[in-house]
Amino acid sequence: MNQYLKSLTATQQIGALFVSVFGCLLLISIVAFFLSVRDRGDDATAEAWRTELSRIDGVLRTSWVMVFVFWVGWLSGDTTTLVLFAGVSFFALREFMTLSPTRRGDHRSLILAFFIVLPIQYALVGTRHFDLFTVFIPVYVFLAIPVVSALANDPARFLERNAKLQWGIMVCIYGMSHVPALLLLSFPRFQNKSAFLVFFLVLVVQTCMVVQHFASRQFKSAPAAPAISQSFGWPGWWTGVLTGSLLGGLLAGLTPFAPGQALALSFVACVAGSLGHLVMKALKRDRGIPNWGRDGVSVTGAGGLLDRVDALCFAAPVFFHSARWYFGL
Amino acid sequence: MLAKLMSYFLLGLVRLLTGSQARWHGCPPKAEQRIYFANHQSHADLVMIWAALPKELRSRTRPIAAKDYWTRTPFKKWITTAVFNAIYVARDKTDDQDPLAPLYDALESGDSIILFPEGTRGFADDPQPFKSGLYNLTLKYPDVVLVPAWINNIQRVMPKGEVVPVPVLCSVTFGAPVRLEAGEERRAFLDRARLAVIALRDV
Repeated sequence: MNQYLKSLTATQQIGALFVSVFGCLLLISIVAFFLSVRDRGDDATAEAWRTELSRIDGVLRTSWVMVFVFWVGWLSGDTTTLVLFAGVSFFALREFMTLSPTRRGDHRSLILAFFIVLPIQYALVGTRHFDLFTVFIPVYVFLAIPVVSALANDPARFLERNAKLQWGIMVCIYGMSHVPALLLLSFPRFQNKSAFLVFFLVLVVQTCMVVQHFASRQFKSAPAAPAISQSFGWPGWWTGVLTGSLLGGLLAGLTPFAPGQALALSFVACVAGSLGHLVMKALKRDRGIPNWGRDGVSVTGAGGLLDRVDALCFAAPVFFHSARWYFGL
Repeated sequence: MLAKLMSYFLLGLVRLLTGSQARWHGCPPKAEQRIYFANHQSHADLVMIWAALPKELRSRTRPIAAKDYWTRTPFKKWITTAVFNAIYVARDKTDDQDPLAPLYDALESGDSIILFPEGTRGFADDPQPFKSGLYNLTLKYPDVVLVPAWINNIQRVMPKGEVVPVPVLCSVTFGAPVRLEAGEERRAFLDRARLAVIALRDV
């Protein structure tokens, strides 16, 4: 089996990967469908079961969309992938800004963020200007945004407003753009197979998050920061991170890394992703909402995209930089 | 043809920038003759309500545009007539003609209308006191259903005086219809209508 897979070309291997991922998703969806049609009566446990099922249904739906997006991106080449990820950045930043009150004076800064910084950042990825790409937002935009805000002549809560905008740009544009940047990173003896690297990162981080979610329920340990998250506890966190890292080590064959390197890099990505998710939870608590989606907020129509991608936004830059630094690319 | 393309373009743009969520609290979207009245903070308000309505209602629902402003250039005139099928109302008072006459014509022919009773775009969080047009209309056409609507966040998309819109999620909340009670005074009714709009902010 392994020999056969190795004999395939890069394109065939990636194709096989998509076939297996779509197959798994289909299988899980069918199982979930049959579980949902089964009648369980009307008592409390059945009710809890139904809420759990609808949550799983939501995760499944997101997974379908994500895998489909990856597939389309892979089929139609790097440019389309970049445009797709730029779209995700755009919608995530839109959600973020909706829930961070801005004033009239921020209008020009918002235009700068959405219509100038975002396209430039993705263009830098597309043209492989990796050195500029990693410093463009933290160095240049860091100055440009407050300058534009200051020129708007509104000192009220200046630091707070700018900090929010900078944060939104860092998480939604800077973080997200590192995912397609992985596609364009060329490792020696790993040509045309960078799609595996993106898949590897997404799978490892998502596994870590899902395992952490279920493990923290099983352990019922005291939450580490109860005012911020009722479900975040250290035993559950360790379980999630270690499971994600182990999976990464096992999947080393997909990547240009040796198993030990893959394990270490996955560990770094999982730690960054899960702690980043906790940080975003703290931001949501600050805004007084349970999630970025429509359940929490009554009048905004946010779809909760940021809830799904925030771990990735924090994991991708750390993963990208550690891989680049370690391999001297 | 061009107008159709333009309307699809505007719809796409509004959805991309604001998500244009419609929230029906208190009445369903229904093909009856209605006057939608809402708070007014931006030019984009009109497009927001228009985009939030279902396609079937959109063609029969006509917004109101200030004649002096919206007929100033050929493009403004074209976009209000061909795309929005707007009703022009003169803002400067002339004695010989009722400024609401074009609205009576539209209601007479069975169209629904979108009205911003504040008359002009506001800066404050709360809408300004309503002008009496709403009262006069419902006095003359008591069968037309008055639906209050709250447009949320739109002033952040395009504040007065700015040209380029920014993406922020917005929503339009439609509330339960308001009726003119028997013998109700003009001011009392207008204040009640205004409170009905404000109440939708926190639904």
